[in-house]
Amino acid sequence: MNKNLIIIGAGTAGTMMANKLHHELRNEPWHITLIDRDNTHYYQPGFLFIPFGIYKPEDVVRPRTDFIPEGVRFVMDEVQTIDGEQNLVRLQSGDVLTYDMLIIATGVEIAPLETPGLKGELWYKDIFDFYTYDGAVRLAEKLQNWEGGTLVINLAETQIKCPVAPLEFAFLSDAYFTEKGMRDKVKIKYVTPLSGAFTKPKATEMLNKLMDEKHIEVVPDFYLSNVDTQKKAIVSYDGKEVPFDLLITIPVNKGDGVIERSGLGDEDGLNFVPTDKFNLQSKKFKNVFVIGDTTNLPASKAGSVAHFEAEVLTENVLSFIHGRELTATFDGHANCFIETGFGKATLIDFNYTTEPLPGKFPLPVVGPMDLLKPTLTNHMGKLAFRWVYWHMLLTGKHLPVPTHMSMAGKIQDKKIEPVTEHA
Amino acid sequence: MLNPIYMETVVKQLPVNAEGYLLDATLWTPEWANEVARSYGITLTDKHFDVLNWLRKKQAEGVALTIRKVGASGIVDIKQFYELFPGGPLKVSSKIAGIPKPVSCI
Repeated sequence: MNKNLIIIGAGTAGTMMANKLHHELRNEPWHITLIDRDNTHYYQPGFLFIPFGIYKPEDVVRPRTDFIPEGVRFVMDEVQTIDGEQNLVRLQSGDVLTYDMLIIATGVEIAPLETPGLKGELWYKDIFDFYTYDGAVRLAEKLQNWEGGTLVINLAETQIKCPVAPLEFAFLSDAYFTEKGMRDKVKIKYVTPLSGAFTKPKATEMLNKLMDEKHIEVVPDFYLSNVDTQKKAIVSYDGKEVPFDLLITIPVNKGDGVIERSGLGDEDGLNFVPTDKFNLQSKKFKNVFVIGDTTNLPASKAGSVAHFEAEVLTENVLSFIHGRELTATFDGHANCFIETGFGKATLIDFNYTTEPLPGKFPLPVVGPMDLLKPTLTNHMGKLAFRWVYWHMLLTGKHLPVPTHMSMAGKIQDKKIEPVTEHA
Repeated sequence: MLNPIYMETVVKQLPVNAEGYLLDATLWTPEWANEVARSYGITLTDKHFDVLNWLRKKQAEGVALTIRKVGASGIVDIKQFYELFPGGPLKVSSKIAGIPKPVSCI
């Protein structure tokens, strides 16, 4: 008897899983079906570079089908609902697909309508996002002719895709306007719901000075309630206002509508799927697994996380198929370059329990990358990653980075001292 | 920096980190919470404790907490959350609840 494995979402996570499982299950009686609503795959890390003219729009777009192996059936349709009780997926076309195992990889997207006034009369005039292709391309046009003023970068929420991208945007803005000879005409404000631009002790110690050096004002503890379009100001829940001439918003992020329609989302209504943080199994259905941005894991929503999860999930899918215990565990590992402008970048490597630390990566002493330190080599690494993404990552090839975070090369010169009067 | 009242009343009772957050959530007591709240000028009511207990429960379940999640908890909405814990409500309530500070990845 043939069995059906369905993957919903042909983004970074879903495409990797299709490639890995197609290879692993080549001699098994399993059919793999990958579903997505369109055939456009975006290299999302590249969106950051488009507003500044570093990448052209065409650099970040490929057909999804370029990365789907022969033998995996690609269905281009909108998933209406997932019925976890009946093990079936209903499509907009009316087709109904049954599964023995399901992988949800539907990702997250920006939801500007969650905030009153955000997607209104100023949208794509004085308010832009850069987390979508359209937003990044429109913002590039805006920045070319912008004459300066107050540039506000605001994070509406803390659970967002690529949490370092807003920081990178601030740093690249500083470099962009400096190189255009108009930095004195631009005031940059970074407005965050958290206690600062950096919140982890070592990262704060190593990188906080960058904000001062680059004259970026940080406005902490600002939780966005609405946008006052008359005053051109963002307003917080406790009534604080920050006026802007140009607002770069990172709106609330939500999981796909199919999660909501299927009753699979978390209780906060953001459509993230409750998932076991170690084995990546859905908390509701044993034959449903969840990967990438769409999980509710206390990990970053980032491509590197999806990559490390894919290694773990491949192993656990094989265990599940063969009736074995799910022994592979995800440790929350993330590895992210952070562009700091002027041809430099820093790098962070961390997991559920270890904060980003300084040191060398991936090898002790020789690196060649430096952790928590802006260098040219890190920047070259970030640029080279686009090639790696298209040619190796999506197609499931092995990358020379360990799945589990390693302490090799990291420096823990001192532990964070507790303040205590106890012995 | 921790204020002198905090050093005098809270830190003497249980070990906390450099920012005043309790190092071990299991050591938390309502009496300790009252002391922390007092250092912020907050007098804890039953409503405050409903929020604190919900935060502690969710933290133990491994949930990544956000202001929005508290607002969807059914205990308070976001405006009420701000009224109970002025300033940075999640930051302050987490400290009083004896759970770690809300952080980003960096």
